[in-house]
Amino acid sequence: MTTDNVLIKVENLCKSFGEVEVLKGINAEIKKGDVMVVIGASGSGKSTFLRCLNLLEEPTSGKILFEGTDITDASVNINLHRQKMGMVFQQFNLFPHMTILRNLTIGPTKLLKQSKSEAEQNAIKLLERVGLADRANAYPSQLSGGQKQRIAIVRALCMNPDVMLFDEPTSALDPEMVGEVLEVMKQLAAEGMTMVVVTHEMGFAREVGTDIVFVDEGVIVEQGSPKEFFENPKSPRLKDFLSKVL
Amino acid sequence: MQDFFDSIANSFTKTFITDDRWLQLLSGLGVTIQITIFAAIIGVVIGFLIAIVRSTHDLQLSGKKCRKFSDYALKVANFLCNIYITVIRGTPVVIQLMIMYFIVFASSREGIVAAILSFGLNSGAYVAEIVRSGIMSVDKGQFEASRSIGFNYKSTMLYVIIPQAFKNILPALGNEFIVLVKETSVAGYVALHDLTYIGNLIRSRTYEAFFPLITVALIYLIIVLLLSFLLKKLERRLRSSDH
Repeated sequence: MTTDNVLIKVENLCKSFGEVEVLKGINAEIKKGDVMVVIGASGSGKSTFLRCLNLLEEPTSGKILFEGTDITDASVNINLHRQKMGMVFQQFNLFPHMTILRNLTIGPTKLLKQSKSEAEQNAIKLLERVGLADRANAYPSQLSGGQKQRIAIVRALCMNPDVMLFDEPTSALDPEMVGEVLEVMKQLAAEGMTMVVVTHEMGFAREVGTDIVFVDEGVIVEQGSPKEFFENPKSPRLKDFLSKVL
Repeated sequence: MQDFFDSIANSFTKTFITDDRWLQLLSGLGVTIQITIFAAIIGVVIGFLIAIVRSTHDLQLSGKKCRKFSDYALKVANFLCNIYITVIRGTPVVIQLMIMYFIVFASSREGIVAAILSFGLNSGAYVAEIVRSGIMSVDKGQFEASRSIGFNYKSTMLYVIIPQAFKNILPALGNEFIVLVKETSVAGYVALHDLTYIGNLIRSRTYEAFFPLITVALIYLIIVLLLSFLLKKLERRLRSSDH
């Protein structure tokens, strides 16, 4: 594997909230086309790890190299790098005062300087792919949870990102809506999108993940391909975790 | 009985017709409206500016150490804003008005400018706290979603936070305007011939209390009703995204 295939490289990442040490030295490499699935108990630090990748949480120490640039460096304009890192949240976080179409086009028009018609055409094309083109002029409050999350994914895609970060994208959904969101994510992975996914959906991890990471107490305890990870877990903590969730 | 109606007609005539007093009332109303409108504009501008300084300080520097020059500048600005709010909210508006007129504008005695400025500065302190509560009430996830797309702090405020905050605070803001209209009734203290002053003037000239005072009260009531009606209409329009 050549190094220029590495999209994100995390070196000795630490994060504390006041006295509480949440991340205690995480090292990881995400290559182009990887689907890294991060699992772990709640409070293990997996969401914090993900949120550090686009600096929504500021790391206490350590480096995050994104496309070769250390984005933790204070002189780096983080806003430019965030444009290339799409993020999907547990609570969707669509902008409630804008129509769906406006939600999707505000980034591309204001930041990527696309024309209104160009951004709208692109947005409609992506909406068609997730089967929601007919809701373009609706407001978020008129959509179901699953629909909102699919829109949130499209909103990130409209910025044409190099990597997509998913922070427990199905945890706030009613069970019958989880499938439609996972389906979109699977499709995305099949198209070669680089993804980092924090989730409790073990089925998704096994089926789509290329690299599974188990985080516990702020460190990566075990990491591997889905096959060896699920069929032959080595550390007792992972065995214990898997016995509870599978 | 006839006497009774005669005396009412007489009072009415003295209050409104003699010396064209209805025209005086009208010009008083004009002064009141003029002060209110310009003071409201000043108040909203000051209020939003202060609210943005204060909430930026709270959002970005809470629990963190200052590292850049801009952090220190923000800390100082926040401190000054706090003093402003404390002083304005801690003293009566009549005193502020008189300080403005008899001390700040001592040489020019521009009553109307002094009144607009002091009511505007006064309202600004209250609007600032209303707007700040609105900004802080917007879900943190909205902020994060906007930043994750790549918007900087300023654009996030402009496109995402302020529009939602504005919708949330509209009733409180409306209330502040209603208070402002009525607060201008003390403008007579600095020799301004506003609605209240004219009403009282007519009362003292005619020795008739009923018509002048009730008329003035009714006019204020109508202004406030009109204002509430407009605000309700605006609120309904902004709610179009809720279903």
